[in-house]
Amino acid sequence: MASDTTAAVPSPTPGQESTAPGRADADERRSRRYRRDTRWSPYAFIAPFFVFFAVFGLFPLLYTGWASLHQVELTAPNDMTWVGLRNFSRLLSDDFFWNALRNTFTIGLLSTVPQLLIALGVAHLLNYKLRGSMFFRVAVLTPYATSVAAATLVFVLLFGRDYGMINWALGLVGFGHVDWQNGTWTSQLAVSTIVVWRWTGYNALIYLAAMQAVPADLYESAALDGASRWQQFRHVTIPSLRPTILFTAVVSTIGATQLFGEPLLFNGAAGATGGSDHQFQTLGLYLYEQGWVNLHLGRASAIAWAMFLILLLIGAVNWLVSRKLRKGMTS
Amino acid sequence: MRAQRAGRQLHGGRLTYAVLTVFTAGSLFPLIWTAVAASRTNTRLAQTPPPLWFGGNLFRNLKIAWTDANMGTALLNTTIVAGCVAAGTVFFSTLAGFAFAKLRFRFKNLLLTLVISTMMVPPQLSVVPLYMMVAKLSWTDQLQAVILPTLVSAFGVFFMRQYLVGALPTELIEAARVDGASSWRVVWHIVFPVARPAMAVLGMLTFVMAWNDFFWPVIALTQNGSPTVQVALTGLGRGYIPDQSVIMAGALLGTLPLLIAFVVFGRQIVGGIMQGAVKG
Repeated sequence: MASDTTAAVPSPTPGQESTAPGRADADERRSRRYRRDTRWSPYAFIAPFFVFFAVFGLFPLLYTGWASLHQVELTAPNDMTWVGLRNFSRLLSDDFFWNALRNTFTIGLLSTVPQLLIALGVAHLLNYKLRGSMFFRVAVLTPYATSVAAATLVFVLLFGRDYGMINWALGLVGFGHVDWQNGTWTSQLAVSTIVVWRWTGYNALIYLAAMQAVPADLYESAALDGASRWQQFRHVTIPSLRPTILFTAVVSTIGATQLFGEPLLFNGAAGATGGSDHQFQTLGLYLYEQGWVNLHLGRASAIAWAMFLILLLIGAVNWLVSRKLRKGMTS
Repeated sequence: MRAQRAGRQLHGGRLTYAVLTVFTAGSLFPLIWTAVAASRTNTRLAQTPPPLWFGGNLFRNLKIAWTDANMGTALLNTTIVAGCVAAGTVFFSTLAGFAFAKLRFRFKNLLLTLVISTMMVPPQLSVVPLYMMVAKLSWTDQLQAVILPTLVSAFGVFFMRQYLVGALPTELIEAARVDGASSWRVVWHIVFPVARPAMAVLGMLTFVMAWNDFFWPVIALTQNGSPTVQVALTGLGRGYIPDQSVIMAGALLGTLPLLIAFVVFGRQIVGGIMQGAVKG
């Protein structure tokens, strides 16, 4: 394409010096090249995305489906034995799979709901005229710059049973020591806290952007009608934000189904089991355990497809709910 | 008076500042405490009450993390990976975003829908074959194994398209066309200069994301080969070095570059996230 560029520019000058038929010839050639360029270059510009996606996204996606129908071991990935749907039927009677599914669901709920509610409140506050508003916005976003690994390692120390700061603070107000790593609910709450800490500020900024796009006269007319600030928030802000709230709910749900790093590192010694009793093993972690600890790549692929089907189900429910909501608004 | 009561014009009261300050403190505290713990000894961290202020052991711990836990190599590797991923994503996204925003071609809307729908595919779904591919090419423990699969991003294409639809005047492209400029020349001399602000924002967001990427690097790379920061930290967390203060020094080293970037470019990063949110 670079040679096209250099060739296209100097051509008018020699064209002018030549005889009339020669110039027409050059014009003809130039317009043909021009037509070819405008016709194909759009495809050339979007091609890299599709080529990379085909190789590193679509092909693996389909191949995972193929591998899930085989027995494959990590030690010999090219030795595939056809087993049909056995990997899937095995999952259905696998207690650890159901345990991981249940944990993913409860941790997802414990992290997504508080995260979005707090973000909404913080966004509302950030939407006031503030001194140092940029400081607050950047500060609120800093946890987003922290990696899963760094954040989890810090929280492991903070949630320590004997010397952790959280138990120390709880002790000051008269609570006993909580064993954050070994209890089912307590460990899931602790893992959720890491997620909430990292993503609340990010969501708050997304809500803030949507709030600033709400037309001011909506508030003015509500104020003229005598609506209090709380009523304005409920009847003007929330309805205007509904698409954004739905968007963040979908994104956080997708994130929650893929939870991996936090439970992997929350009990570093236990590794991929997600606690001594699998009490905070998520689906993502179970996939990793099956594939890279127990070396069963076929089973790991089946778990991956199960996760995908669950995501599709969530997507369908979401779509139905949002359609209901929209209908409810118009009627 | 009326303008004052109109919701968003209102100045925040004392309570607003108080609640925001508490929330900000909660956001910053774990980061500050990372530094506090990294400046103490392992023995001090195993005592109650936990240390609340800095001690004198920071440089010793940083040094151990730097050499024994491979953090020096890891930081270099992560910079290379995040730099390549950010550059590639910005370049390819701008090209594709320009095509989707301003050029006419067949199946444009269908292809754009396809790009957006790829965002829905979870990374878990491709990790097993990706690993087989990487193993077959003997790329395990090599940086291209984590660079190539993330070199393009659907979000980036969409982000650039949304920006260029509004920011790039169609007349400008037509004028260049009349002058006989090829498509590539248009991209180089018109699209890139116009898109520069959005490219900078997308570059920063992608860099942060690539720096913190966890799932795939942990599978494709090892602590003893060529780890990224996240892989090295995973090794630390698994008791590779059982000294908590050194682990915190490692966590600090892995986070510090991005924190510095946040102090310098915070305004632009915040602007980018908010801009992407409204349009996305």
